[in-house]
Amino acid sequence: MAESRPAKPDYYAIAWRMPLIVWQGLFFVGPLLFMLAMSFFLVKNYRMEAAFQFSNWSRMLSKGFFWDAYAYTLWLAVLATFITSIAAFPASYFLAFKASERLRRWAIFFLVIPFFTSYLVRVFAWQVILAQQGVVNAAISYLGLGPWQMLNTQFGTMVGYLVLCLPLAVILQTFSLANIDKRLVEAAHNLGCGRLRAVFTVVAPLAKTGLVVAAVFCFILSFGDFVSPYYLGGSKPPTLSIMIVDTSKSGQQWPRAAVVAIMMIATLLAVAFTAIGFAYRKRGK
Amino acid sequence: MKTGRLLRWLLALYTALVFLFVFAPIVASLVFSFNSDRFPTIPLGSFTTAWYAKAFSNPEAWDAALRSLLVSSVTAVLATAIGFSAAYTDYRYDFFGKTAFLVLALLPPTIPLIILALAMLGWLSMFNASGMTISIIIAHTVLCAPFAMAVIRLRLNQMDPNLEPAAWNLGASEWVTMKSVVIPFTLPSIIASLCLTAAVSFDEFAVAWFVSGLNKTVPVVILEIVTGNIDPQVNAIGTAVFFVSITLVVIAQVLVLRPARKPDAA
Repeated sequence: MAESRPAKPDYYAIAWRMPLIVWQGLFFVGPLLFMLAMSFFLVKNYRMEAAFQFSNWSRMLSKGFFWDAYAYTLWLAVLATFITSIAAFPASYFLAFKASERLRRWAIFFLVIPFFTSYLVRVFAWQVILAQQGVVNAAISYLGLGPWQMLNTQFGTMVGYLVLCLPLAVILQTFSLANIDKRLVEAAHNLGCGRLRAVFTVVAPLAKTGLVVAAVFCFILSFGDFVSPYYLGGSKPPTLSIMIVDTSKSGQQWPRAAVVAIMMIATLLAVAFTAIGFAYRKRGK
Repeated sequence: MKTGRLLRWLLALYTALVFLFVFAPIVASLVFSFNSDRFPTIPLGSFTTAWYAKAFSNPEAWDAALRSLLVSSVTAVLATAIGFSAAYTDYRYDFFGKTAFLVLALLPPTIPLIILALAMLGWLSMFNASGMTISIIIAHTVLCAPFAMAVIRLRLNQMDPNLEPAAWNLGASEWVTMKSVVIPFTLPSIIASLCLTAAVSFDEFAVAWFVSGLNKTVPVVILEIVTGNIDPQVNAIGTAVFFVSITLVVIAQVLVLRPARKPDAA
């Protein structure tokens, strides 16, 4: 703005800039850089010593169990991303195109609530619901079915990931769908394009950015979560996040846990940048 | 358009199912907390308040509740102060490195909590600062500041950019303008931010679990009880936790949404 006086430093501007830089520098950037350094440290007699050794890296990356866990975690996160995106879409479509403005506002209002309320307690509630004698199995036993083993399976883990990601996915998808120019969809209908075909050839491409962003968030959330694979999936085989908990909590092997964490961050960055690149490609046309 | 109407109803039904799925655990937790069965299922057992009695007579739960209250209120104030200054900087200034500034401001929620927890544990241990209540506050402030910034930035969007210059022209200094124009205008979002960040901190368990040592917060206590075995006491504590965080999030949302409607009506 035009009011700046270049002669002396603008203390007012600096004062508002500093809190974030100082705090996030000290307690966000600092810890992450330290974790990178920590991955080269050594552990002797259960105490960490500063060093510059590649032994943690070579030890972790040469182990079959690390790569098994890596592949498994990646698989679960990709699966969760697709399942959540597909499960969320019809609801988002309804809220964006078929529901009234008022209903949509209320729906978003209610979806924001679970996103900010204890995920841990919600997963525990599902643990009880899905148990061998739980609500679901009791209900299907009246139909002469079951009991189904749902806890300690991949199915259980997926339920947990849905609990984590579904509200956010519906919110983000609804926003992106609601922003589409509805006349374009009507034009497609007028030109004889069927409903389902219009969804795939008109609606989805127009809302691509928002849909991809929602999917990226699903991936980030499920890739890093340790609660669902542990309490609903039974922790066997372990995911990378469970591996971090195990190595750092029980073995005091923080440097090795740091190796796992850095591999996770690298993966997340690669996936996020690829996806965002895809989302914004050919945007002008 | 018969098929159109049918489709509409099917989609509405599906959306209702999504909401059922999303709210099932919250309702289940409430119902189970008053249910006498140790392993809750249907048909339900008899009504009881025994789990609440057990939870309320658990000294560890009380200890954790008080600590959670302390942590989330201090975190809310710190995160909102940092978030406000970042939002105001973004609103008013353009400067070299602003993109980096915004990345720093908004990145923390995209890092998995378990990784942040490990990094924070290592970093704070280096300064012998882990295992204390303040360690949790420090870590939670990092996590909550981006939410505070987003909420306050939305409100600043609605402020007329000529409002501040008008005050300066009338002779108010920048600091006075901040105090008597900007802060009053953004007050609803500041309160919303306090509520929202308190809720995030109140529910966070991964970072708190790693850096808290023996100073456990409520979610950490829940985590430890759950790891043991199924104990319906958790439903009682969980329902109380839901009550607190839902209240905070609802207040925050009402405050954020209310001013957005005003210009339409006027």
